[in-house]
Amino acid sequence: MAILVTPQTKVLVQGITGSFGAKHAQLSIDYGTLIVAGVTPGKGGQFFEHGGKKVPIFDTVAEAVKQSGATASAVFVPPPFAADAILEGADAGLELVVAITEGIPVRDMVRVKRAMQGNTKTRLIGPNCPGLVTPGEGKDSHGGCRIGIAPGYIHKKGNIGVVSRSGTLTYEAVWQLTSRGVGQSTCVGIGGDPVNGTSHLDVIKLFNADPETTGIIMIGEIGGSAEEEAAEWIKANCKKPVAGFIAGATAPPGRRMGHAGAIVSGGKGTAEAKIAAFKAAGIGVAVTPSEMADTLLKMM
Amino acid sequence: MNIHEYQAKQLLAQYGVNVPFEIPAKSLAEVRPAAEKIAASGSAKVVVKSQIHAGGRGKGTFKSGFQGGVKVTSSVDEAVEVAGKMFGQTLVTKQTGAEGRQVQTLLLAAGAKIKKEFYLAVLLNRETSRPLIMASTEGGMDIEEVAEKHPEKICKETIDPAVGIMPYQARKVAAALGLKGDLFNAGVKLITGVYNTWWECDAAMVELNPLAVVELADGKETVMALDAKISLDDNALYRHKNIMEMRDLNEEAPLEIEASKFALNYIKLDGSIACLVNGAGLAMATMDIVQHFGAMPANFLDVGGGASKDQVTAAFKIILSDPNVKGILVNIFGGIMDCNVIATGIVAAVKETGLKLPLVVRLEGNNVAAGKKTLAESGVAIINGDTMSDAAQKIVKAVGK
Repeated sequence: MAILVTPQTKVLVQGITGSFGAKHAQLSIDYGTLIVAGVTPGKGGQFFEHGGKKVPIFDTVAEAVKQSGATASAVFVPPPFAADAILEGADAGLELVVAITEGIPVRDMVRVKRAMQGNTKTRLIGPNCPGLVTPGEGKDSHGGCRIGIAPGYIHKKGNIGVVSRSGTLTYEAVWQLTSRGVGQSTCVGIGGDPVNGTSHLDVIKLFNADPETTGIIMIGEIGGSAEEEAAEWIKANCKKPVAGFIAGATAPPGRRMGHAGAIVSGGKGTAEAKIAAFKAAGIGVAVTPSEMADTLLKMM
Repeated sequence: MNIHEYQAKQLLAQYGVNVPFEIPAKSLAEVRPAAEKIAASGSAKVVVKSQIHAGGRGKGTFKSGFQGGVKVTSSVDEAVEVAGKMFGQTLVTKQTGAEGRQVQTLLLAAGAKIKKEFYLAVLLNRETSRPLIMASTEGGMDIEEVAEKHPEKICKETIDPAVGIMPYQARKVAAALGLKGDLFNAGVKLITGVYNTWWECDAAMVELNPLAVVELADGKETVMALDAKISLDDNALYRHKNIMEMRDLNEEAPLEIEASKFALNYIKLDGSIACLVNGAGLAMATMDIVQHFGAMPANFLDVGGGASKDQVTAAFKIILSDPNVKGILVNIFGGIMDCNVIATGIVAAVKETGLKLPLVVRLEGNNVAAGKKTLAESGVAIINGDTMSDAAQKIVKAVGK
C-alpha cells in the first residue's frame, strides 16, 4: 500500500520548464514515475520531452488536472510565486501538493495555511523539503513514485516508513536501511521551514494505519515542538516500533542552522527536550546519526 | 537579519507607533548637535544608548572598563563626555559573548519619566502557524523568566491572518496591561501599529521591552516604545529594499559574510574540528557526532545540494581562516550530485590552500567508487571515512595526536 503515493499515482510538475524543475522531472521520469503533465503559465500547448516521453505543458493546474488526471503535484516554482502555485494546486482539487521550493517568506506560508484550513481534499507537504518516495519493485527501486529531489536509487521497496525535516539526513537513514537489505514503504521529507503543510505527527498517523509499514524512523531537529507532539501521540497510540534521531544538540541558541525553522529560541525547541520526549514515548533514540537504522532494527 | 534599535523605531514610527524623540549619531562629531537638539526639545535628560545587535546593553561593560552601554545624562556636555567613552569601544554584554561588539552608532534620546513598564511582542506561533501578540505587565524583565514563573501575567492574542488584527483584539491587550482612559486609546493605537509593523515588514519578531507609560514635560502621560528590537525574515527581504539597506555588516562575523558571498551557509563555533557538509540536517548531525566522539565542532557549514568546485574551494578557505581549526571533516551524501565531482573539488581545494591539517573525507552516494578513487590517487593526504561514525572517530583521533 505505502502512504500518500503509489507507483500508479499520476504526477504533474509546476514549474517544469525551470532548470531545477526540469532536471528533477527528468530524474522522476527516469525512475519510472508517472509524470503526466507540466504547468508553466504562458507555455501551454508545448511539450516537455525526455527519454522518449512527451509530457504536455498547460497554462493552469486546473487544465492540467482535467486533461491528464493527475492527483499529485511537485512545486518547483521560485519563492515569490510559490504560495500562489500551492494554492492553485489546492484549487484544482489535487490530493497532494508537494512544495520543494526553498526560501518562501513565512508570511506567505501563514496565508497559505489559513487559506487551506478546512480543506480536507488537498494535503500540502513542505515547503523547503526533498519530497517523498514510494520505492518501486525494479532494479534500484525503479518504477516507484518519486515526487521531489530525493535520489531514487538509494531506496528499496519494503516496510519501513521514514519521516524527516531534512533532505540529506533522510537519504542517510534510507541508505543505512537499504545497505542492510531493509526496504522502505514510503519516505517523506516534511521540510525545514517553521510553517509547513504536514507535520511529523500527520505522517506518523498515516504510517501507523498503513498495513505495509511495520516500523518507523522519525528524524527531527531543533526548533518548534512538532517532534514532542508526535512523541506524545506515539506513546498513547502507535502500534509500531519507532526509532529516531534529533539533529542539533551542538547548535548554539538563537542561531538558525541552515533551515529557517532550525532555531532554539527562548530556551524552546532544544535537542535535549526532544530527545527526552522521544525516550518518554518509548521511541528508540539513535545515539549518533550513524545508528538510525540499527536502532530501529534492534527494536523489531 | 537583525537591525539596530534606532532602525527598528524608525520602522515602528512609520506604522503609527509612538517613540521617543531621538537622533542616531554615527560619529563623535554628530553627538553634540544631536544632544543639543534633544535638549532644545525640552528634555532635561539626554539618554545615550549604544547601538549593537545584542541585549543587556545597560548592564554591559566596555573593555575599557567603562560601565554601562546605556547612560542617562543631565546635560549636553555630559552626554558628549559619555559618548566619548562609548564610541569605538567594545561593549561586552551577557548576549555578546566575551569578544563583545564595537559600538559604531549611538542613539541620543530624550529622557522619559517612566511611570510604568510593560512587555509587548509579536511573533509567529509555530503551533498554530498564526501571528501571536504577547504582552505582559512585567516590563523591563526577562520575558522567558516571566513565562516560567508567572505565566498568568502574560496575555496572548492570536491573530487570524485572513483579517489581520481587529480593533477588539488590540483593546483586549490594552485592557490586560491595565491601561485606562486616554492611555487605553493610545495603547490600542500602539498595539495595532506594532502588529502592522510585524506583518507589513515581514518581521520574524518585533519586541518592545519596555513599552512604557511616561510622563511628558507638560505633566501629561502617554505610552511609547522606549526600546525596540526587530528581526526580519531573511526569505522576505527581497521585497523590502529599504530594510535591506539597514543591514550592518559590522554586526556580522567576517567569515560568515565571506561565506554568504559563495552561497555557503556557515556559522562559526568554538571547537577545533571544522565540518564541511551538504544539507542543513546532515550538517547539524555531523556536528553532533563530532561532539559524541569527544571533540567540538568549529563550525556549521552547509555547502548546499549542488556544490560546485569553486564553492568547495571557498569553503576550505573559510574553514582555514579560523585559527582554532585543527582538523577537517568532510561529510557528503551525494544523492544526485556526482561524488567524483566533489572529490575533484576537494583535491583541488587541498592543493590550492596547501592544507597541512588532518583531513577526513566521508563520501557516499552517486558514483562514489570513482570519487574514492580520485581521492586515493590524488597524492594528497586524505583519510577515508566509511560511515559518519567511522569518519568522526578518525578525525577526532587524528587531531588528538
